[in-house]
Amino acid sequence: MNVAIITFPGSNCDQDCHRSVDVAGGSPSYVWHRETSLSGADAVVVPGGFAHGDYLRPGAIARFSPIMDSVVDFARGGGLVVGICNGFQVLCEAGLLPGALLRNESLRFQSHDCTMRVERADTVYTSEYREGQVIRMPLSHADGNYYADPETLAELEDGGRVVFRYCDASGAVSELANPNGSLNNIAGIVNARGNVLGMMPHPDRAFDPALGSVDGLPLFTSLVGALARAEVA
Amino acid sequence: MASDRDASGYGTTRAGGTATIAPPEPRPGDPPITPELVDDHGLSPDEFAQIQRILGRDPTFTELGVFSAMWSEHCGYKNSKRMLRLLPTQAPWVIQGPGENAGVIDVGGGYALAFKIESHNHPSAVEPYQGAATGIGGILRDVFTMGARPVATLNSLHFGDLNRPRVRYLFGGVVKGIGDYGNCVGIPSTGGEVYFDRGYEENPIVNAMCLGLMRKEELIRGTAEGVGNTLMAVGARTGRDGIHGATFASEELSEGDDEASRPQVQVGDPFTEKLLLEASLELIASGHIVGIQDMGAAGLTSSGAEMAGRSGTGVEMDVALVPVREDGMTPYEILLSESQERMLVVAAAGREDAVREILEKWELEAETIGHVTASGAFRVLEDGVVVADIPALPLTEGCPTYERPGEEGAEVRGLRTMDIAPHVEPPAGLRDAFLRVVGSPNVASKQWVYEQYDTTVRANSIERPGGDAGVIRIPGTNRGVAASTDCNGRHTYLNPRVGAMGAVAEAARNVACTGAVPMAITNCLNFGSPLKPHIMHQFREAVLGMRDACGYLETPVTGGNVSFYNETDGKAVYPTPVIGMIGVMEDLDTIVRHPFQDAGDAILLLGTNTGELGGSEYLYAVHDLVAGEPPGVDLAAERALQRCILAMAARRVLKSAHDTASGGLSATLTESCLGRPRKGAGVGASVRFEDDLPDTALLFGEDHGRIVVSCAPGDEASVRGLAADYGVPCARIGTVTGEESPLRIETPTAALQLGLDTLRERYFGAIPGIMDEAG
Repeated sequence: MNVAIITFPGSNCDQDCHRSVDVAGGSPSYVWHRETSLSGADAVVVPGGFAHGDYLRPGAIARFSPIMDSVVDFARGGGLVVGICNGFQVLCEAGLLPGALLRNESLRFQSHDCTMRVERADTVYTSEYREGQVIRMPLSHADGNYYADPETLAELEDGGRVVFRYCDASGAVSELANPNGSLNNIAGIVNARGNVLGMMPHPDRAFDPALGSVDGLPLFTSLVGALARAEVA
Repeated sequence: MASDRDASGYGTTRAGGTATIAPPEPRPGDPPITPELVDDHGLSPDEFAQIQRILGRDPTFTELGVFSAMWSEHCGYKNSKRMLRLLPTQAPWVIQGPGENAGVIDVGGGYALAFKIESHNHPSAVEPYQGAATGIGGILRDVFTMGARPVATLNSLHFGDLNRPRVRYLFGGVVKGIGDYGNCVGIPSTGGEVYFDRGYEENPIVNAMCLGLMRKEELIRGTAEGVGNTLMAVGARTGRDGIHGATFASEELSEGDDEASRPQVQVGDPFTEKLLLEASLELIASGHIVGIQDMGAAGLTSSGAEMAGRSGTGVEMDVALVPVREDGMTPYEILLSESQERMLVVAAAGREDAVREILEKWELEAETIGHVTASGAFRVLEDGVVVADIPALPLTEGCPTYERPGEEGAEVRGLRTMDIAPHVEPPAGLRDAFLRVVGSPNVASKQWVYEQYDTTVRANSIERPGGDAGVIRIPGTNRGVAASTDCNGRHTYLNPRVGAMGAVAEAARNVACTGAVPMAITNCLNFGSPLKPHIMHQFREAVLGMRDACGYLETPVTGGNVSFYNETDGKAVYPTPVIGMIGVMEDLDTIVRHPFQDAGDAILLLGTNTGELGGSEYLYAVHDLVAGEPPGVDLAAERALQRCILAMAARRVLKSAHDTASGGLSATLTESCLGRPRKGAGVGASVRFEDDLPDTALLFGEDHGRIVVSCAPGDEASVRGLAADYGVPCARIGTVTGEESPLRIETPTAALQLGLDTLRERYFGAIPGIMDEAG
């Protein structure tokens, strides 16, 4: 159950993802962005941060890092790939997920807790959640405003590919509960095959009661559990 | 002017080892050394004469620039050094005191904490975004050059009246600059303070503090040891930006400086900083280097001279080897450039390639520019021709120091001794005054600020901004480090000694309220021009106040920064000695937070209400008045109170603890009721005071030495018992009443009922209301 944490020079959540995978029972290891091989990893996490400074556009340069060819091949072959925050932005830029993350509606960087509703508990990433469960974890980004053209958005909704949606504490999805202007309050999506997940909030900062929330941990235990089942099979 | 030369006795003798080197000749194109040129460099005729004695000749233009930077207030501390020597700096847990890139203390479990605070006031007044951003960059480098990984930042910000458009521009720009830089590097912001008062109208105070953790054995210092070792310039290239920033920071601003000063403000590149951080920590761990220092204020000059000065060695470097951004830069420019994200590294001889390899991994340059010598000289060449040759120690330590006369200003004396009794009565009633105080930007929530900073990256933030002090977990342990920055500028303006004592007491109390033991401070002393007697009075008094409080509370000073000349057109900022306090918590399970929790919990007050309204937020927000004697500090009572609250935290008998400060009990109770934003509705409380004090003095007095705690009803006897053990007055003042219920306050002469929705709107809505609506 080797989980590769891709490290760009400006990644700053690589250690948090490493700890989260470790706490969830997986075996994390760092893979430097200049490598060209995932060295037999069973899953990939693209962590948050500012991969190459992001002065141009988040993730726009990271997709050209040498390791990304392997990540794209791995994902196209059905391998499990999670992008969190900047990692989500990188996966969109790399064409592994549809849509784009625009500047927050507030035009400011936002760092605070958010609540999300788990829309799908039957993906490999959410099997340890309950459908409709309201979970809380930090978000921290300037560009988290999810956008896709109407056809893509319809595809996502019709295909049940919206996995997490911003909501209030009671689970109601409302404009007030939308922190950044994301269309349909989208916080996280999967690709059509269901093996690539991207999300803006940080499950990697919610794995320990001392941090104020453990609601991120089921994502990692779901992932590690899926890998374990795959190994047995 | 009562100047007096330093008695260090450097005289005219040159340091040894220079006999065979011819003195530098003026370069073609150098301006002649005239009294006007010397004056332009901020050096007095006496100081110039001292330079002539040190060199045994006239300095070259390049050398004049070097002396100007090193003997500026910013680098040389010429007007502050004598006073700073009075501060306590030692304790068994202090590993590194003042004089290094950062102070270091032992925080237990094999870990050491490096921490420091520094000002970026002058650049921020001219260009708030870049000024503040590069302030964060500089303080991070000070910490990671000690071998410590930065784990938290805090900011102490003081601005003018937020209703003025220019102040909003400065405030918005500074916050965005801090956020964009720190967020990119990935260091959580865990706290700080934001303060607004007319006293900071043109000159904002922007102080950035950083905490870094390391294993004790990983500590490295900024020294140039080992003759023959190699000097390497690492990181960004050297450009023409920020030349003479150190001298700039040592002058007053005047109208029109916005344009003229732009070239002295540097531009930050947080991505390069992140690379430099990772590369530096990897370099230090590799063992290939013996010393490392940020090229901060006065750039290559100060880093080279200080590293040589600390080691008693010399350095020799050739500016032609320094990677530059543009052609045609003179030695003067290269030596004094303050381009950001650069380091000077001393590599062990023969390890240069290994150093380069690590830097290349992080996409950074490292060039050999010189070596360590035994000459004791700071010697600079240009293509092999000597352009500067100065004994290093007199350059770094020989700056003349002054002890100038001081006297309290007449204006402040008038304000301080003013009879404030006529203003005790609130003009529009007590309820109106209450809502004005909790809705004043000084008391109101700083959520608008700290939600623009990444507060949770690195997943160690146990207590985020918005409480009494931020708390970070030491990774892999259950130990925590708490930190707080504090300075009530109005208090220090009215009475600098009492105000500075209060700042130390409040910072320690904030840390103690979380359950962390206050250990040590770093300070950032922001003042006007020390050449003016009333400013010198403020400075001396503030240092004496800090000396007393730090000594009594056993929190030594491990370093910091002095920022003078915070003036525009002759008007100085309030004297603002910002205290950055560090505390240690051995068991994070004993942490205490400020919100009330459960209906039925008992609310108790530790300490005594004395009703001191001098310098209060009430007088400012309701009467538009800065006057009166600020609250006094009873250090013995303060120490007992802090030991008491720590004992209560350790016994786990508390549900909440929150000290009183700006806004007095009105702010403390409001904050404990409302709790955190985005986290539930808060809880009401019903409290009753029996004190025989005017209502405003009781609710808004900013008396030190008080903490409001809550506990389960079954623990009330334990709380009272512990208070008695420590000799701390303790009174039951009320009960937590649960969600949906209001905050009810009764005094012998008044009763107030304040709905949580109303309080929430005032407290959380004040700053967004001004910033988002006024634009």
